[in-house]
Amino acid sequence: MSRLPFYLVVALLLVIGIGMSVHRHVEFEVPWTPGEQRQVWEIEAQVNFRADGGPAKVEMALPSTQDGYRVLTEHTASPGYGLTFLEENGSRRARWSIREARGSQQLYYSAQLLVAPQARNADRPTPKPLPAVVWERPYDTAASEVIERAWSRSSDPFTFARELIGDFTEDRQSENTRLLLTQFDRVPLLVRLLNQAGVAAREVNGLMLEHGRRRQSLTSWIQVYDGDQRALFNPADGAQGRPDNLLLWEASGQSVLEVQGGTNSRVTFSMLSRNQPAAAAVRSQLARGSDTLLNFSIHSLPLEEQALFQTILLLPIGALVVVLLRVLVGIKTSGTFMPVLIALAFIQTTLVTGLIGFLLVVAVGLVIRNYLSYLNLLLVARVTAVIITVIAIISLFSVLSYRFGLNAGLQITFFPMIILSWTIERMSILWEEEGPKEVLIQGGGSLLTAVLAYLAMNNPWIRHITFNFLGVQLILMALILLLGNYTGYRLLELRRFKPVTED
Amino acid sequence: MWTTPARLKAKGIIGMNRRNIRYIGRYNDRRLYPLVDDKLKTKLLAQQYAITTPALIGTVTTQFGVKHIREMLMGHAGFVIKPAKGSGGKGILVVERVDGGDYIKPSGSRLSLEDVERHASNILSGLYSLGGSPDVALIESLINFDETFGEYTYEGVPDIRVIVFKGYPVMAMMRLSTAASDGKANLHQGAVGVGIDIATGTAIRGVQFDRARHDHPDTGHELASLCIPGWQTLLLLAAGCYEMTSLGYLGTDMVLDRDHGPMLLELNARPGLAIQMANGEGLRPRLDLIEQQPEGIGAEERVAFAQHHFARRSELATTEAPPVAVSSV
Repeated sequence: MSRLPFYLVVALLLVIGIGMSVHRHVEFEVPWTPGEQRQVWEIEAQVNFRADGGPAKVEMALPSTQDGYRVLTEHTASPGYGLTFLEENGSRRARWSIREARGSQQLYYSAQLLVAPQARNADRPTPKPLPAVVWERPYDTAASEVIERAWSRSSDPFTFARELIGDFTEDRQSENTRLLLTQFDRVPLLVRLLNQAGVAAREVNGLMLEHGRRRQSLTSWIQVYDGDQRALFNPADGAQGRPDNLLLWEASGQSVLEVQGGTNSRVTFSMLSRNQPAAAAVRSQLARGSDTLLNFSIHSLPLEEQALFQTILLLPIGALVVVLLRVLVGIKTSGTFMPVLIALAFIQTTLVTGLIGFLLVVAVGLVIRNYLSYLNLLLVARVTAVIITVIAIISLFSVLSYRFGLNAGLQITFFPMIILSWTIERMSILWEEEGPKEVLIQGGGSLLTAVLAYLAMNNPWIRHITFNFLGVQLILMALILLLGNYTGYRLLELRRFKPVTED
Repeated sequence: MWTTPARLKAKGIIGMNRRNIRYIGRYNDRRLYPLVDDKLKTKLLAQQYAITTPALIGTVTTQFGVKHIREMLMGHAGFVIKPAKGSGGKGILVVERVDGGDYIKPSGSRLSLEDVERHASNILSGLYSLGGSPDVALIESLINFDETFGEYTYEGVPDIRVIVFKGYPVMAMMRLSTAASDGKANLHQGAVGVGIDIATGTAIRGVQFDRARHDHPDTGHELASLCIPGWQTLLLLAAGCYEMTSLGYLGTDMVLDRDHGPMLLELNARPGLAIQMANGEGLRPRLDLIEQQPEGIGAEERVAFAQHHFARRSELATTEAPPVAVSSV
């Protein structure tokens, strides 16, 4: 009988489980630990303009997920305006529209951006160089001379861009550049020169993120392309590379703001940075995530169900503890998975209260069950009587502890009463048949298992992992399958069989 | 306090996990469990295969039937009431004799008819059965146990557990009840386990509470001279249980009756591992050897094979040579 298929299944489960977890970690940036803090920027854009009194249409570029930043949530506030989001060529725009607007108008857009080093740009097509750039005299000669000069001192599009921009800085300006600057704005001029030299480039607008800044405006940058590569240049000094705190607001060479039916339009930005637990950041991110299969996530459920699932997904951990203790250690428990249910109750009650409550209920229950055994009842009736007794004990303890001002006592109601009744019944029979020692062994074993299961299930890291990585369930499954295949000795057997090895 | 897995392995000891996966899981078809878990079925099956069992006085199947126990017990001096689906010796009530209206247990304590009826009622309601399912109470006649063992036991009837693997008797032990075990034959409750040589039916080694013992704690009788009469018959009976149940890894519990010789008391599809302690030897080498044997061999050949290969010298005799010499004179 070959065990190969078995190990294949286990390996498959492991691979899928680990793969799913790693995928979630990489793709959705779900952190491995719950305590990890993530920086989140809250950015608000305020659009102001004076409406002419007729219909008005406002179009504004929106930031999208890019290198280093991931858009978590976005909101708009624009009373009376219709709003649509447009998406074309990888750039996103918001379009507000209104039939009649007069006077000063304010439109708000706010976004939460997660600082995410793994985040990558959405693909944007490289702009085609404009075929023919037409200059008026005498600018045409000036332009070609400037290009000539920079071209001769460069080797590729990036060095060319750096040299060209460098020639426009204050200390290196020549007559040609000064002439060009009198007629054109610096950034469109640079883009135009680059395009004329056959280098793909576009003007992009970015926001420098600084904590607590208000009334900021976008700055212009030049994006230069060399085949698949691209680089950002500061038009002021020709420095290559993107500062870490630069958020590209508009990156496809289109206008940032377009207003029809209004004048004096401008957009200003205010921003705040704050740290929030990574798990929360992930949650808000996933809340708006797409419903693909790989994104299958508990987080897409309503909050109430999420809380329920948090507990359900912990059950395998408790069960794993039971399997470990029974298969590898050899601890005897009363009822196979009873300790897991007790551990669940401990999570609600906290450990000490739970332990005291459990011992009290079981001890009193055993005394009463002892009396019931004299009544010579049928089994089901007797267990039912024990259930009612357990409820009575729990009610009594709750009332008493409340009267004495111990609110912790009220939590005793979290215990699974039917399970407790069966525990009492079983222990009682055990006591009659095997004596108190066996009751102590099994009861102690159950409690020990319950406490260990509680510690495992209540561990913040384990809670985080089981809740956020569904792949872990498959890994647990594989582990339990492997444990179910273990033919070695149990820890306690090393003690049990010791006398045999002694002679 | 602790030993190492390597030393246990060297001794050939098998642990619970190995027993469950490698032997019970592989050789015991789940479908066949009811044959051994239900003592009534075992008994009826044993009769078909001409395997001797204690005589059945009657069965109680309904709570209504409990009221007729007294009539059923008329004329029987001693009897045993047991649940058909009990496990681990739970719920077995032994009544040695009836004195007037009272039923007297081997310990001497008296039970009224109501006590006996309540016990039967508890059995029916599933108190002692696996999973608490409703059960049937079996009433069997008491075994007239062989007086030769009087010195080796306290109150209870000593029984002999033989592990039968694929029809081969691989290891045997006798369980002697003690005061500590309250007359019960469960080793973990303090009964003395005596390893029995498969070849001769004589004692090899004795343990109580996992520690070596050379005498019975209550009667003080030494164990070395213990020898089971009708050993050959007993082994044949045990080996025959393989054909009867088709279970590959089987624990057979046998008793010796003064008049009828070895009898099958019950079968166990999940026999415990304490037998290794009583024998001071692991099961594994023997099980490995049996696994290499071909199928389809008759019971007698199997017994002969086992007796040839599993013969052992008594540790009791070698360690305590002088007392044995004295007692044998």
